[in-house]
Amino acid sequence: MSDFNIKYVAHLARIALTPEEEKKLSAQMGNILGYIEKLKELDVSNVEPTAHAVPLINVTRADETGESLSQEEALRNAPARANGLFMVPKIVE
Amino acid sequence: MALNESTISELTARLAKREISAREIMQSCLDQIARVDGKIHAFISYDDKDALAQADLLDKEILDGINHAKKPLFGIPIAIKDVMAVKNQPLNCASKILGGFKSPYDATAIEKLKSAGAIVFGRCNMDEFAMGSSTENSAFGVTRNPWDTTRIPGGSSGGSAAAVAADETIAALGTDTGGSIRQPAALCGVVGLKPTYGRVSRYGLVAFASSLDQVGPLTKNVSDAAVLLGVLSGHDRRDSTSIPQPVPDYAGALDGKIRGLKLGLPKEYMIGGLDPEVKSAVDAAVKTFQELGAEIVEISLPHTDYAVATYYIIATAEASANLARFDGVRYGARVEGKDFWELYSNTRGAGFGGEVKRRIILGTYVLSSGYYDAYYLRAQKTRTLIRKDFLDAFEKVDAIITPTSPTAAFKIGEKSDDPLQMYLSDIFTISCNLAGICGISVPCGFTQNPKLPIGLQLLGKPFGEEMLLRIAHAYEQSKSWHTQRPKIT
Repeated sequence: MSDFNIKYVAHLARIALTPEEEKKLSAQMGNILGYIEKLKELDVSNVEPTAHAVPLINVTRADETGESLSQEEALRNAPARANGLFMVPKIVE
Repeated sequence: MALNESTISELTARLAKREISAREIMQSCLDQIARVDGKIHAFISYDDKDALAQADLLDKEILDGINHAKKPLFGIPIAIKDVMAVKNQPLNCASKILGGFKSPYDATAIEKLKSAGAIVFGRCNMDEFAMGSSTENSAFGVTRNPWDTTRIPGGSSGGSAAAVAADETIAALGTDTGGSIRQPAALCGVVGLKPTYGRVSRYGLVAFASSLDQVGPLTKNVSDAAVLLGVLSGHDRRDSTSIPQPVPDYAGALDGKIRGLKLGLPKEYMIGGLDPEVKSAVDAAVKTFQELGAEIVEISLPHTDYAVATYYIIATAEASANLARFDGVRYGARVEGKDFWELYSNTRGAGFGGEVKRRIILGTYVLSSGYYDAYYLRAQKTRTLIRKDFLDAFEKVDAIITPTSPTAAFKIGEKSDDPLQMYLSDIFTISCNLAGICGISVPCGFTQNPKLPIGLQLLGKPFGEEMLLRIAHAYEQSKSWHTQRPKIT
């Protein structure tokens, strides 16, 4: 695929790639995208898309409070935390 | 027969008579793990003390009398694929990115197993985030096929299938997004069932492709799969895609009556890459069904040739969205950067393995601006055609027969450098997930040299698990394939 830009897509996906990974992935994506081109053989202009195999619409439940994880449990797996919050690098200067 | 080699129904009968204890069953599995798992590596980890403590609690309960009607899995060890949350146990999805994560809660399927009296133990190896067909894509090393340790066990639930085949557990849970229960079951010579989409709650299952994922059992025979499915099934308010449909008595449906049923053979499935030994095993199974009184009907699933491409667009698109949550902020391993953008990219670059990166990249691309209609929307429309193929076929037949996999287990490393070839090996299993129907793989023979298991796939109507299990059981009981066990060397 001539218009597949690995650097751009990796940026969208927020994945840092090494130059070797970029090279290898570009080649493999070329093969895979070449293969999935075959879908263009089919005329699907009058076909509705399927998002889910079982058609369910508007699944709702009563808006009630219930049990949930405690703050301590929710933070237990955090890589960095302080004062009962997740720690991240500064976002706003 | 050693306890760890027994089936759920055999153990249940002996427990009820108090000939054996839950501790003895669990210990027997742990002994087998100590004997063979160095060669197989079906488990990423297991907590033997916790497993035995669960068994001891059950043995105390036995004193008050066991009610197997209420607790159909009483005293039965069940191993869990490393993609489902079990409270206070590690959950890694066979990835580095989750670091030392421990689950703060139980998945619904796990809650149900525990309420049914099962001993929930172990973290079965898998392809990272369930992406793969060989269990080679694990950050914790490859799992080996118990029938030939130079070969792959299939995937992505390869650890679960190998653990059952090697008698390291009585049964296991797996997950199936495009064949990840059925294909490893076939390659390891055990039974694997993918329920209809919405039959089993996905709450507490780490999502790969949310519109395709289902949890299901891997067992030593069809009857055990029926018992486990009965426990796992049912509506869950915590999973809005689970379906409020009554749960029938699956085990009670195994009455052997298949005379007069119509079974469809799709002509599109006789493809070039089908191994001759697999073909002849499936042909022989078809003959057996005729002898059992079923009628064989040739059917057509005209869009079969588009299934792999459709699947790899939809599954990767959903995966790219689902795996966005692994960003080093709320859980898992973090790799710092100069700002939060770099923190995300560095964490994901270091934490994800090659196949996961490949699929996220593909999924991101097919959803990206300018390509969405050409790829993702087109794939969703093709999915409609594939689903319609099956619904049309089920107007004429009660179930569909196919091979589970075009070949028996391949060598470790044989396809790992060619992702497209690996994807094409899923040809017979992925349509089932796209269509949202149910499917099962049962052993149907062996290749000659080396001796490797071959799987027969049966596909059933949405919520047609009773019929599917009845047909699979009738076949299984007419043969003895499922009683053969590997000699682990």
